[in-house]
Amino acid sequence: MSDPKIEGYVFKPGFSGMAKDTGSDQTMFKGVHWGKAMMWIFLLSDTFIFSCFLISYMKGRGSTLVDWPYPSEVFGLHVFGVDVPLLLIAIMTFVLITSSGTMALAVKYGYEKNRKMCGWLILATAIGGLTFVGMQAFEWSKLIHEGVRPWENPFGAPQFGSFFFMITGFHGTHVSIGVIFLFIYAYKTFAGHYDERKRGWFTTMKGDYVEIEILGLYWHFVDLVWVFIFAFFYLW
Amino acid sequence: MSEEYNDNKTVHAQSSETISGGTSGVAPDIDYVRPAEIPEQDLYHGHSFITKWVFCQDAKVIGVQYFLLATFTGIIGLILSWLMRLQLGFPGAAGFMTAEHYYQFVTMHGMIMVVYFLTALFLGGFGNYLIPLMVGARDMVFPYLNMVSFWMFFIAVLVLLSSFFVPGGPTGAGWTLYPPQTILEGTPGSGAGILLMCLSLILFVAGFTMGGLNYLITVLQARTRGMTLMRMPLTVWGIFTATVLAMLAFPALLVGALMMSLDKVLGTSFFMPTILKAGEVLEYGGGSPILFQHLFWFFGHPEVYIVALPAFGIISDLISVHSRKNIFGYRMMVWAIVGIGGLSFFVWAHHMYVSGMNPWFGFFFATTTLIIAVPTAMKVYNWILTLWRGNIRMNTVMLWCLGFIVTFVNGGITGIFLGNVSVDVPLSDTYFVIAHFHMVMGIAPLMVIMGAVYHWFPLVAGKFLDEKLGKWHFWLTFLGAYSIYFPMHYLGFIGVPRRYFEMYDSPYMTSAVGMNEFISLAAFLVGAAQFILIYNIIRALKVGKPAGHNPWQACSLEWLTPKVPPEHGNWGDRLPVVHRWAYDYSVPGAKEDFITQTTAPSEVVDTGVEKT
Repeated sequence: MSDPKIEGYVFKPGFSGMAKDTGSDQTMFKGVHWGKAMMWIFLLSDTFIFSCFLISYMKGRGSTLVDWPYPSEVFGLHVFGVDVPLLLIAIMTFVLITSSGTMALAVKYGYEKNRKMCGWLILATAIGGLTFVGMQAFEWSKLIHEGVRPWENPFGAPQFGSFFFMITGFHGTHVSIGVIFLFIYAYKTFAGHYDERKRGWFTTMKGDYVEIEILGLYWHFVDLVWVFIFAFFYLW
Repeated sequence: MSEEYNDNKTVHAQSSETISGGTSGVAPDIDYVRPAEIPEQDLYHGHSFITKWVFCQDAKVIGVQYFLLATFTGIIGLILSWLMRLQLGFPGAAGFMTAEHYYQFVTMHGMIMVVYFLTALFLGGFGNYLIPLMVGARDMVFPYLNMVSFWMFFIAVLVLLSSFFVPGGPTGAGWTLYPPQTILEGTPGSGAGILLMCLSLILFVAGFTMGGLNYLITVLQARTRGMTLMRMPLTVWGIFTATVLAMLAFPALLVGALMMSLDKVLGTSFFMPTILKAGEVLEYGGGSPILFQHLFWFFGHPEVYIVALPAFGIISDLISVHSRKNIFGYRMMVWAIVGIGGLSFFVWAHHMYVSGMNPWFGFFFATTTLIIAVPTAMKVYNWILTLWRGNIRMNTVMLWCLGFIVTFVNGGITGIFLGNVSVDVPLSDTYFVIAHFHMVMGIAPLMVIMGAVYHWFPLVAGKFLDEKLGKWHFWLTFLGAYSIYFPMHYLGFIGVPRRYFEMYDSPYMTSAVGMNEFISLAAFLVGAAQFILIYNIIRALKVGKPAGHNPWQACSLEWLTPKVPPEHGNWGDRLPVVHRWAYDYSVPGAKEDFITQTTAPSEVVDTGVEKT
């Protein structure tokens, strides 16, 4: 169904056993679909991209001579006559983390060959992602209205605007790409491509429910990165 | 041969996956290899010219495409170096050459040679062609992505070359692209040029990531039965480790290029400090130019090993095959490759001793830099010990191997000079540096590429390259390269600075004038000598001697395909089954002086073969 089953392979105990299993023939990660291994390594590479961004941000913020803006004011919302700090961002984070949950369920139902449930849950994940991107667009436009630009910032250090737009923009691009793929995969699930093992439009590879898990890995990663961005931008 | 197997001839021919302790007196099957655990790969076979040769999903064709495109850009880099040498040796000889042009040529030569030539050629070219063949796979695990990888590279090259034709020309900031001057007016190509460079690099990284994922996962998850990690040829180990480095180092380049583009286009100040220009304060302020240097060299130093590690791997195989001996200390070689790869992430700031960073950083990075010499020296000793008492075939391939060892040791030793802060500071930005890195990561890997071309051309095309032309090619290149770079060490010692368009009337420079002329003449010669190879290839394709199966009597899998050159799917009906490592040469008691990786232990029972 998904990962290849290895008949009769007994994992050897202990550290030396692990080394033997890892260095054995054919596969290093026993019983792991190659696509999943590939996504993990891509995510490792992507982690380095986001790390470079965040370390640059820390360097920029640490060495600036102008005061950094106060996050709970900049990111606050004024609703029903009260200033609520970090309101929008709390909702965004909640939505994104929830979409991770629906994604995990979609993977589960996919492996159970429950086509309908799986499709609906992927769709729910996509809508969650879309909501996130939409709210991010709202947040951006609010900041731009208040005069924050990549090259200037009325609340303090201009680097705030630069790093904020660049890093949340890069993350938002990741989410958007994920959303596009989620919609495509939802369609493919509903249309039964994975049940019928229909070949991909471009890749010419036979469809398999493991693809949903692979996309799920990406989606969880994007959420995890958001947690770091959230911590570094909004809570620091 | 290890002692424990000497007393029992049947056991020491065993494969490592033998069932131990066969039941009740039944002799264990020494040819046993675990059954297949991955399903047969489902390949897309192209039918039209376009799907077979243009948008092709066969890793071998993609490898050749990478090779040809990288060679094409390499020739452009070569022509640029000719123009630079023309200016340096004979100032004013090329009438159109202005200082701006010179800097643009320096920049493009550096970037093309490092990224678009060497990286693409080793990983894209040799990686694509050799990995599936050497690990016994039918193709890369994700052929479609592999194809997209090449076409991304193609677009990256187009974007890079298009910068020659935009207003202001290509960027002239040096291949390191240091801000702030890179994007400020006054630097050639500070407009469209630098943006196209950044865009091209981003495309290259994206394309390379697609290919790199394929190389890694094919090695990790798609080896054939019996092909354990410690039976892989060192070529695969080198390319594999280099790809790991690339996957972790290129992100820094991508981020640096992106932030630089934003500094240019949007006017952000990531890398731009407050700048006074002609008495006016520019809009920029508050950024850190050193940050870019850290990002760049976090990519840039692993990049050196991205080029060097595949070269190490390939040269190990070539030396082993052509001296008919197993590689000395195979496991040590593997761990040296992995160790160099790991260490290469902790040495980057040795490129920045004069950048004004904290001196303690220099202390740390000098230490790590010198530590990296240990595994590297181990490798050199092992190559020499492999040659020692070998049955050396003095053919073209072996000449390139020997040339590599000499140039690499030479460049490595000057690296020890430059790795120490106190020696580096006076030598920084002189021709000594130029000589060092051209020797160690220009000429040395080039020697490997040439050796690999002469070695594997019979596999790719089914014909031999001409030996006589090959030897001319080698000696002209080898002696010529020494004529170029040996005097440059001296130029560095007398303090001739790099990246100077012209020396004008510097009194201390008089001894450098004649030397510069000599170097330039040698450079023209070496460049021209490379066209011997192109002629040799075209000639061999037409009238070359047919090579047939396994012309070098090699052990590794790529020579054991049912058809030569291998066709799509590589292995015909059945995947090969591997019983040993790739280095069983001159085994005592064997009929021939090599035992291929697919030879079953029961066929070589009475030989002194080791368990691998």
